[in-house]
Amino acid sequence: MPATTVTARADHGDSSPVRPAGGAPATGRRRPGPLSRIPVPLWLLLPAALVLIPLFGYPLYQLGLLSVLKFGQPQASGGVPTEFVGLSNYTDVLGDAQFWTVLGQTLAFAAFCVLATLAVGATCAVLLTRVGRWPRLMLMFGALGAWAAPAMTGSTVWMFLLDTNSGLVNEVLGTQGHNWMYDKWSAFAMVAVVVVWHSFPFVMITLYAGIQAIPDSVVEAARLDGAGTVTIFRKIMLPMLRPLLVIVVIQSIIWDFKVFTQIYVMTGGGGIAGQNLVLNVYAYQKAFVAENYSLGAAIGVLMTLILLGVTAVYVRSLRRSGEEL
Amino acid sequence: MIRKPFTAGRRDNRVLRQGANTVAVVLALLTVFPLYWMVLSALKPKGEITSAHPRPWTFAPTLENFRNALGVSGFGRYFLNSLAVAVVVVVVSAAIAFLAAVALSRFRFRFKTTILIMFLVAQMVPVEALTIPLFFLVRDIGSVAPGFGLSSLGSLMLVNLAFSLPFAVWMLRGFVAAVPESLEEAARIDGASRFTILWRILFPLVAPGLAATSVFSFITAWNDFVFAKTLILDTDHQTLPAALMVFFKPDENDWGGIMAASTLMTVPVLVFFVLVQRHMVSGLGGAVKD
Repeated sequence: MPATTVTARADHGDSSPVRPAGGAPATGRRRPGPLSRIPVPLWLLLPAALVLIPLFGYPLYQLGLLSVLKFGQPQASGGVPTEFVGLSNYTDVLGDAQFWTVLGQTLAFAAFCVLATLAVGATCAVLLTRVGRWPRLMLMFGALGAWAAPAMTGSTVWMFLLDTNSGLVNEVLGTQGHNWMYDKWSAFAMVAVVVVWHSFPFVMITLYAGIQAIPDSVVEAARLDGAGTVTIFRKIMLPMLRPLLVIVVIQSIIWDFKVFTQIYVMTGGGGIAGQNLVLNVYAYQKAFVAENYSLGAAIGVLMTLILLGVTAVYVRSLRRSGEEL
Repeated sequence: MIRKPFTAGRRDNRVLRQGANTVAVVLALLTVFPLYWMVLSALKPKGEITSAHPRPWTFAPTLENFRNALGVSGFGRYFLNSLAVAVVVVVVSAAIAFLAAVALSRFRFRFKTTILIMFLVAQMVPVEALTIPLFFLVRDIGSVAPGFGLSSLGSLMLVNLAFSLPFAVWMLRGFVAAVPESLEEAARIDGASRFTILWRILFPLVAPGLAATSVFSFITAWNDFVFAKTLILDTDHQTLPAALMVFFKPDENDWGGIMAASTLMTVPVLVFFVLVQRHMVSGLGGAVKD
């Protein structure tokens, strides 16, 4: 080994970025300052920590703290001292029949949106691989448009399309004067349409990219061995797409479970008499409209716990598919 | 054209293909239709907008709705506020996420798995629930540093930065891992410093991934409705999503204005998408092999 190489290596000392093991030990010519004792990965993570600890970790801790306090408008303005009330906010929430209704609605709504998004997205992804250049570009372009449209503008456009008096949907269906947001189920269905419209492009484009990344030779080889389309799909495409499918499913669950803007805007803050509330909007309403911040915090904590359950499933399935975390 | 897995094969049927083409075109039209309707309605004169029999075209396009939105309602200001927040969030989040992603994909160290899981968990947290403690936190910061208190764009920048980071780090990690380590090794042997390797070698190679990640950061910041609604109390510092609500009136919605404002709000995201679209698709494909 040439001597120059050795010096160059030694110059960049112990916690070398490329190959931690195998490098020469830290006998650099430069005198190590006190800061150089801190390992490099921590330096690299420092900026992220500086943002996330105060603006994510601390509020999360505060959310938990608020949920065991009595904290309403008097406490928020500083006039009345806060009071520790233990789990009474939680018993209040769990004892409220409305919470269970909202929870059920949230789960059903999210599940429907996830399934519909995946069905539409996956169908379109497969379709993209089967069509000619122009139809493919058109569908890609349309999907990018729907994906790019902000949640807010998506909501406003669909509200206009569904407008009681001057909406196109009523004109086409000949149902002038019909209010789509009046009935609980039709309101939920309309919001779901908008959510799916917004989110299927992510599924479609991700899965399409995944299908493209499968080497043609693998498929050809299977075909030469006499495998039919169904077999190829089941035995080759699905296993290769599995990691991507996991990502797509979990991202959809995370997004659809936390839908806020579309529900809030399209149903005017949760629908008539709160019939279209989901947990997210429910917590917001309890906190900022009813000014019961600690009750809103308790709902937020419960919602976080439910989503953490999903995380556990995700991490486990990643581990099982042999992915290194 | 390269033969794709699904199209390759003897049984490729002409009729089937034509059918698939038709379905794709119909789906494409259905998907863009709401956007077409938005732009069209923004261009329609007042009388046509409120008509009980809307037509899918117009003979008298007008910019009146845009003029009203930008002039009377001060929409230009909200637009600039939104743009400032989104640009700062995208740039800063890309820089921070890049460093963190390098740490998490190129090094081995204690608690690495724990840190990774924390980034994942952060994505699960319903950030809307965090508005409650953040409202009080930002209120308190405001008494020390008004630039980051309630009704400041600084607070929106910080909050949106925090909420776009976990996903950005998580996504970018795959892109960094996809760059062969031998390139860095070679540079190191040539005497490049750690900073040079990071900045001159790794950064350009991860650039497509950064573009893809930036899309998500941009959307997060640009779409943010709940934080703008709770943290910004004065109208001057409002951003687009919350400002749009101003057009909704209890008696009669100004649909022309709403559609013009919505169009203005969608255009920057569309432009951004078109610019990075190529990277996004290839980037997502690259994440497959991760």
